[in-house]
Amino acid sequence: MRSALEARNLVKKYPGVVAVDDLSFAVSEGICFGLLGPNGAGKTTTVEIIEGVTQATSGEVWYFGEPAGERFREEAGIQFQNTALQDHVTVKETLQMFRSLYDRKADLNTIIEQCSLQELLDRDNRKLSGGQRQRLFLAVALVNRPRIIFLDEPTTGLDPQARRNFWELVQKIQSEGATIIMTTHYMDEAQILCNEIAIMDAGKIIAQGSPDELLRKQYEGLIIEMPVEDITGDLSSIEHKLIETLGIIEINTDDVSASITALSAQARNLNRIKIRQPNLEDLFLDLTGHSLRA
Amino acid sequence: MLHRIYAIYIARNREFLRDRGTLAWNLALPLVLMIGLSLAFSGDGRDQFTVGVLQETANLDIEQHPFLETRFINFVAFTDENIAFRKIERHQLDLLVRFDGQRRYWINPDSPKAYFAERLLLHADTTNGGNIEKAQISGDAIRYVDWVLPGILGMNMMFSCLFGVGYVVVRYRKNGFLKRLRATPLRPIEFIIAQLASRLSLIILITAVIYTGTHLFLDTRMEGSYFALLLIAILGAASMVSLGLMVAARVSSEELAGGLLNLITWPMMLLSGVWFSLEGASPLVQNAAQIFPLTHILDSSRAVMLDGASLIDIAPNLAALALMTAVFLGIGATFFRWNQD
Repeated sequence: MRSALEARNLVKKYPGVVAVDDLSFAVSEGICFGLLGPNGAGKTTTVEIIEGVTQATSGEVWYFGEPAGERFREEAGIQFQNTALQDHVTVKETLQMFRSLYDRKADLNTIIEQCSLQELLDRDNRKLSGGQRQRLFLAVALVNRPRIIFLDEPTTGLDPQARRNFWELVQKIQSEGATIIMTTHYMDEAQILCNEIAIMDAGKIIAQGSPDELLRKQYEGLIIEMPVEDITGDLSSIEHKLIETLGIIEINTDDVSASITALSAQARNLNRIKIRQPNLEDLFLDLTGHSLRA
Repeated sequence: MLHRIYAIYIARNREFLRDRGTLAWNLALPLVLMIGLSLAFSGDGRDQFTVGVLQETANLDIEQHPFLETRFINFVAFTDENIAFRKIERHQLDLLVRFDGQRRYWINPDSPKAYFAERLLLHADTTNGGNIEKAQISGDAIRYVDWVLPGILGMNMMFSCLFGVGYVVVRYRKNGFLKRLRATPLRPIEFIIAQLASRLSLIILITAVIYTGTHLFLDTRMEGSYFALLLIAILGAASMVSLGLMVAARVSSEELAGGLLNLITWPMMLLSGVWFSLEGASPLVQNAAQIFPLTHILDSSRAVMLDGASLIDIAPNLAALALMTAVFLGIGATFFRWNQD
């Protein structure tokens, strides 16, 4: 599959900080690529360099085999994390204004329907709720029938129902052939939407691949969780211990029965034990060594 | 390119026209000022005597006559007698005197202040031989409202263009709207042209409304052509908007933008002749004031409205405004930045 987008050796330095540290990656056409990382990892800076709104200290961005330029701006749809819109202008006028800036034009009614904006068309931008604004921002990102779409933490602040609706919409857009690049804090979101992820920390990519591939590489088998207070023996002697957090100990094992036998010798009881598949959250915590710093 | 400029132009117009408070302020301030001033200064608004001195050179020599030492009189030297006579006619000068060679003075018998100025002159002249010759020039006074109307329209235009464009662009930059636009095919020059066009058309409309209102209610003087006045308004507003865009090219703090814009507007308010004529000011100040677009707007619009000046008469002012527009716009477009970083 050819690359829709390539970041080559991106560096962004601010006084005293290297926000993006020699970052390179390629995104294949038609996939949903997730950039994950704790706050301050450099995700937004990286995405903004690619979008062309932040100047890199060095490095290049290529779009379908050529340096990203006018064609990229015409074909990219961008949803910023925070952006202001004009006051005193309605939702419909905002969409019309942005649509007029492109030669490629999407059918406005389709977008309005996709993003469920029918009821809000005549509302002043200032009077939208958080979820409504997010939907408008996504709609603005779609006005040019984008071949590549950037979503920067698109579901932050949305309620669970709105998030699920948003995911369905993103999957639909992807199924129509667009390439999606998103940043997110939510591991469940990345697991559901992304074909490929890159985990960033301190300006570098520390792991990259499909979620399954990364999990397979990091973990063997399943994860056992149990409360620390149920363990009577010495914690340090427990094998394959992953992490101990919030009073819970997690053990990664490819032989569940052997591990349970071993644990039962050191535990008061096993009544509160949980066995589950490893997920991206485990991987993230393991790799970055810290929680989401949210 | 044009459809993008048009899209931004329309969006900006809507934002401005729907912001009722700002719109009302843009219309109400000059009207209130005009009405207030016309009540406060019915008749001649200047509070001291102004006496013209006809002579060969522009520098006033007060040794010529003891009258020139009188306090509270503003003496202005004139080398062109036609200009000076017209000012007597219009009551803009209370008296015109000539002491070199032929000793003579000119007075408008309809001007009440001229009567007192003449008394002072004749009193001073008794100590100097007392045989000065008298001549009369008649004509209606130019009221202060006639004189100050271009000043107020120009001042309103200045504030509206500088703050309405400069401040708004800085706000757009600060709140990320410019960053969002940057991620589209819109080019900086297209954005700038749209802002220029939007403010230009709105301020011309507003100025026309205010002018018509004051003209109807206060019967202000209009000697020249409306076309010349429109041309001054267009070029004047363009130069002011360009100046605003130049200031706003990079700034991303509203406080700094406010400070810079105040730094530009206040000297213009004081030195461009909004409220009072600078004829008596030092040549240094008068020359310095030529760098302000407002000076050219006011000089030329007063020439058209009060003296019926033709396009040829005001061509130097129009050329200065066009040049300023080009320079400010060039600098603004070159240094323009979408982002804060």
